[in-house]
Amino acid sequence: MQARVRALETLLTEKGLIDPAAIDAIVETYETRVGPRNGARVVAKAWANPDFAEWLRADATAAIASLGYTGRQGEHMRAVFNTPDTHNMVVCTLCSCYPWAVLGLPPVWYKAPAYRSRAVINPRAVLAEFGVTLSPETQIRVWDSTAELRYLVVPERPAGTEGLDEAALADLVTRDSMIGTGLALAPGVAS
Amino acid sequence: MNGPHDLGGQMGFGPVAPEKDEPVFHAEWEKRALGVTLSCGAFGAWNIDESRHARESIPPAEYLSASYYEIWIRALDTLLERHGFATRDELRAGQNLTQGAVPKRTLKAEMVAGVLARGGPCDRPVHVEPKFAAGDRVRTRNFHPETHTRLPRYARDKVGMIEAVQGSFVFPDDNAHGQGENPQWVYTVVFDAAEIWGDGCDPTLSVSIDAWESYLERM
Repeated sequence: MQARVRALETLLTEKGLIDPAAIDAIVETYETRVGPRNGARVVAKAWANPDFAEWLRADATAAIASLGYTGRQGEHMRAVFNTPDTHNMVVCTLCSCYPWAVLGLPPVWYKAPAYRSRAVINPRAVLAEFGVTLSPETQIRVWDSTAELRYLVVPERPAGTEGLDEAALADLVTRDSMIGTGLALAPGVAS
Repeated sequence: MNGPHDLGGQMGFGPVAPEKDEPVFHAEWEKRALGVTLSCGAFGAWNIDESRHARESIPPAEYLSASYYEIWIRALDTLLERHGFATRDELRAGQNLTQGAVPKRTLKAEMVAGVLARGGPCDRPVHVEPKFAAGDRVRTRNFHPETHTRLPRYARDKVGMIEAVQGSFVFPDDNAHGQGENPQWVYTVVFDAAEIWGDGCDPTLSVSIDAWESYLERM
């Protein structure tokens, strides 16, 4: 693929259709600025601030935009909140729809057939492969992103985090916990 | 279309393989594949629905053995050729042989931040009231178009409940094929696992899809 993509980029550049510097800028955006730290800040703020949590529940696109996270594959956001009784998990069975504006580019497993096929029929087995075991009574809700809404899971706030500020809370919020294939870290576990 | 992309409920792909500390890109070509794909999308010659349809039209054996960026590049070749930006010979040889179509715009480095921050909202006003409300029971349609649709096979001809009216959005089944945006109301429809998967399903599971109004019939 290396040679094929290089040949395509060269051809399109010669034709004046694309600008390699624009490609550099796109890559730099997703390597350095748009990634799961954005989402972690959204979740931490929702944990710390009940008014923000309510806003996030009612109008996730606007609440998230207030932190500066907007745009491509985040135009129409919905936040879904885990509770002691319900665990949320997000998939795109039809392609790889993913909330880029808050989580960055999706990991390879999210786009691969194993996850896309099984998340909707056997999410507990999928969760086990991520090392997550839920109580047998926990209700699991899988959100298949079949339209242009993009889902952010707000994991449960871990116990023992009462004294932490938003920055410290954000360190507990993993990418997988915002997809629903993980849980937030317990304090002291985060690096 | 009932293509290889419609994976919900298929079996045999093995375990999910999460990668610890996964990098954003696994190879240099993946970076360029992302950038070339987004740059070509900026031409304004095709929309996201046509892109998705080009990807799902890759023959199943190829689709299922390709990485996602590889799927993107294969589909991009199709789109570039279909819209006259490059010929098959040029794509095969990697040589500029003809003057092709001229795009509405080309993406320059200084435009990238603005373009990505704006994205491509696809909510559109409609001038009819939503047909369904939260709490309504609906049945999804049973159809098998050879064209693009966003109603997955596992969720066809199933009874579910409208959980939310999510707004009105471009209708991909038309938009993918140049038939206009024709916006419709979109609903989150939730199904019990038993309705979808039947005997032996996980009784704690429910699954939702986001469905355009014409995918749904009132019960």
